[in-house]
Amino acid sequence: MILSIQDVVKRYSSHVALDRVSLEIPKGKIFGLLGPNGAGKTSLIRIITQITAPDEGQILFDGERLSSKHVEQIGYLPEERGLYKKMKVGEQLIYLAQLKGLSRQESISRLKDWFIRLDIKEWWDKQVDDLSKGMQQKTQFISTVVHEPKLLILDEPFSGFDPINANMLKDEILALKDRGTSILFSTHRMESVEELCDSIALINHSQVVLTGEKDEVRNRFKAHQFEVIFEGDLTQELQGVDLISLEMSGDQSSKKGVFKLQEAVSPNHLLGQLIPQVQVQKFQELIPSFNDIFIQVVQETN
Amino acid sequence: MNKIFLVIKREYLTRVSKKSFWIASLVAPLLLTAIYAVPIWLATRDKEVKQVAIWDGSGLFEQKDLADKEIAFQLVTGDVANIKKTFDKQGYDAFATIPADILKNPQGLKIYSEKNLSLSLKSDIERMVQNKVREILLRNAGISTLKYKETQVDISSETITVSKHGAETTSSSGGAMILAAILGFLLYLSLLLYGSQVMNGVIEEKSSRIIEVIISSIKPYQLMLGKILGVGMVGLTQFLLWIVLTVGLSTATSKFYQAPSRMATVANTSNSEELKKSVAKVESSTQPMEELNKVIESTNIPLILGSFFFYFLFGYLLYSSLFAAIGSAVESAAEAQQFTFPVMIPIILAFILAQFTMQDPDSNIAFWASIIPFTSPINMMVRLPYGVPTWEIVLSMALLVGGFLACSWLSSRIYRVGILMYGKKMTWKEISKWVFYKN
Repeated sequence: MILSIQDVVKRYSSHVALDRVSLEIPKGKIFGLLGPNGAGKTSLIRIITQITAPDEGQILFDGERLSSKHVEQIGYLPEERGLYKKMKVGEQLIYLAQLKGLSRQESISRLKDWFIRLDIKEWWDKQVDDLSKGMQQKTQFISTVVHEPKLLILDEPFSGFDPINANMLKDEILALKDRGTSILFSTHRMESVEELCDSIALINHSQVVLTGEKDEVRNRFKAHQFEVIFEGDLTQELQGVDLISLEMSGDQSSKKGVFKLQEAVSPNHLLGQLIPQVQVQKFQELIPSFNDIFIQVVQETN
Repeated sequence: MNKIFLVIKREYLTRVSKKSFWIASLVAPLLLTAIYAVPIWLATRDKEVKQVAIWDGSGLFEQKDLADKEIAFQLVTGDVANIKKTFDKQGYDAFATIPADILKNPQGLKIYSEKNLSLSLKSDIERMVQNKVREILLRNAGISTLKYKETQVDISSETITVSKHGAETTSSSGGAMILAAILGFLLYLSLLLYGSQVMNGVIEEKSSRIIEVIISSIKPYQLMLGKILGVGMVGLTQFLLWIVLTVGLSTATSKFYQAPSRMATVANTSNSEELKKSVAKVESSTQPMEELNKVIESTNIPLILGSFFFYFLFGYLLYSSLFAAIGSAVESAAEAQQFTFPVMIPIILAFILAQFTMQDPDSNIAFWASIIPFTSPINMMVRLPYGVPTWEIVLSMALLVGGFLACSWLSSRIYRVGILMYGKKMTWKEISKWVFYKN
């Protein structure tokens, strides 16, 4: 585990931001931190980045108690991006890298590599003010990863990127993961969760309400519903199965039905009853999207 | 520690590499040199000789009495009404009529001119007539001109400070006041100037949102301290540039003026009389500088400079930490204004108190103003040239250091909370709560 968060409590004067939060964040994986606005994600991230300290509980970083020496092994891209507007791109990145413990020479050589990789060499002497929003985002991403952190914390990394740059960023994130970087990924965008994350945790009202590996979580939320496209009419009552919906399918000649299996009924049992009656064209289990899971869990826990 | 140094370096270099820094560093010495050089230039400049016609109704004046370096007087005779109409066509700048009873009626002198008469020409004519009239009156009273000149003594005093141990130092209280005022004013300006630079730097980091990135790398107090020290070093650099440039420029200026006039005196004997006068004028106009030099020689320069450095440093540290706390609580410079007022008040108050301190450096007001941390930097600097007992200086310095520690503790408590607060309307009540927040 790169991070082991144990019973962390954070109180502010008017509310509790984190209420006994415990999470295990595995090494070399992408971990999605999900939750509605105000759930406590930023509070948790600020404790991990040591901007604030927890009131109770503790955090282990790679097995050691989290302390200021770990600052240099963490890279943090906050949701609200920001750079010194009146500073040149190169100088600024060198400064930020030095704050993360790199020497000046080391910073320059690594940054030069990044600038060549991302094909942005001509930005080096430009003032941040003169860059477009997207260029500033790229610059800031480099500042987050240049010191090759063991743990990378990305808070809504795709906001403000156009699709082309978002793809480039996604490739960079996956490349970092392949090189062994552990990534904590906080987002609202469920499609990027499906695409990138290995595990997730959902926080609502200051508490962890759901956690697990992506596929395992999805399986947990399977509703045992099957979508069947078929030709012909259903004439006989089906045993152990509820019909949720039935409608005409695209070309009017076929129908689409959604069936829910009752407790301890297998898909084969449904199929066995359908085959004598209709021509089955498609039979597939409905797997819930993370969007659905998110909405369902948040509503349940509210 | 290493990271604080990085912050200091960034704060220092970004400011020193700005054009505005160099403009401010150059313009102030140029202005000071101009204040010093322009009067000298005006004095040495060749003056246009004015032509004045004198109509003498008293018969006391002769053409040989009228020799003057700056004005060519010419006795004229004829009809006054006629001359009044024609004097400017004859090339005169002014026309003066001396009444027959000038000895009894000193107000009877009339001066006519086409354009408005310049004050200096008016007084020059009056002086000429007055000298002649006085001479005649003295002679009539039986006093010789020589005797009269002997009565014109000029009393001036030398002030001497006697210490408790009996050591005497000559001081010039006028000069001490000038030195005190300059130092006090410099401190006042720099506290306001560099304090608000710190505040604006904090606001910049907060409003550009870079703050969160930075404080995930270093502790908030390290960032605050680094910024304060960096800006403080910019201030010291600027002072150093001001001093070096001003001394350099004014030395060069006085060399430039002295050299040609000396050479001219030697080379051109026909005009030597006139030149000696202009050289004398240069010397008289540099007299305040000599006076100041005398003060500088009579005061303890290492003590003054050392104290200036100390009071600038700690006064600046105290106030700029408060400015940093204010900057952290707001999101824009406009919003900051209402909060800066309580910090500006003690600075302005200290400056006002300094006027009293200057007039009476041993009064109770002066004592307390130079002891209490918030007003002591300016007021102690003002008092120092007059001599201050060592224990008072030590107490004042100790309290200032203590005040700085207290203020920076308070400020860093506010700062660490403030920099992460957005979208909240700030009040003093809210800010005072932050002091007691846990980390």
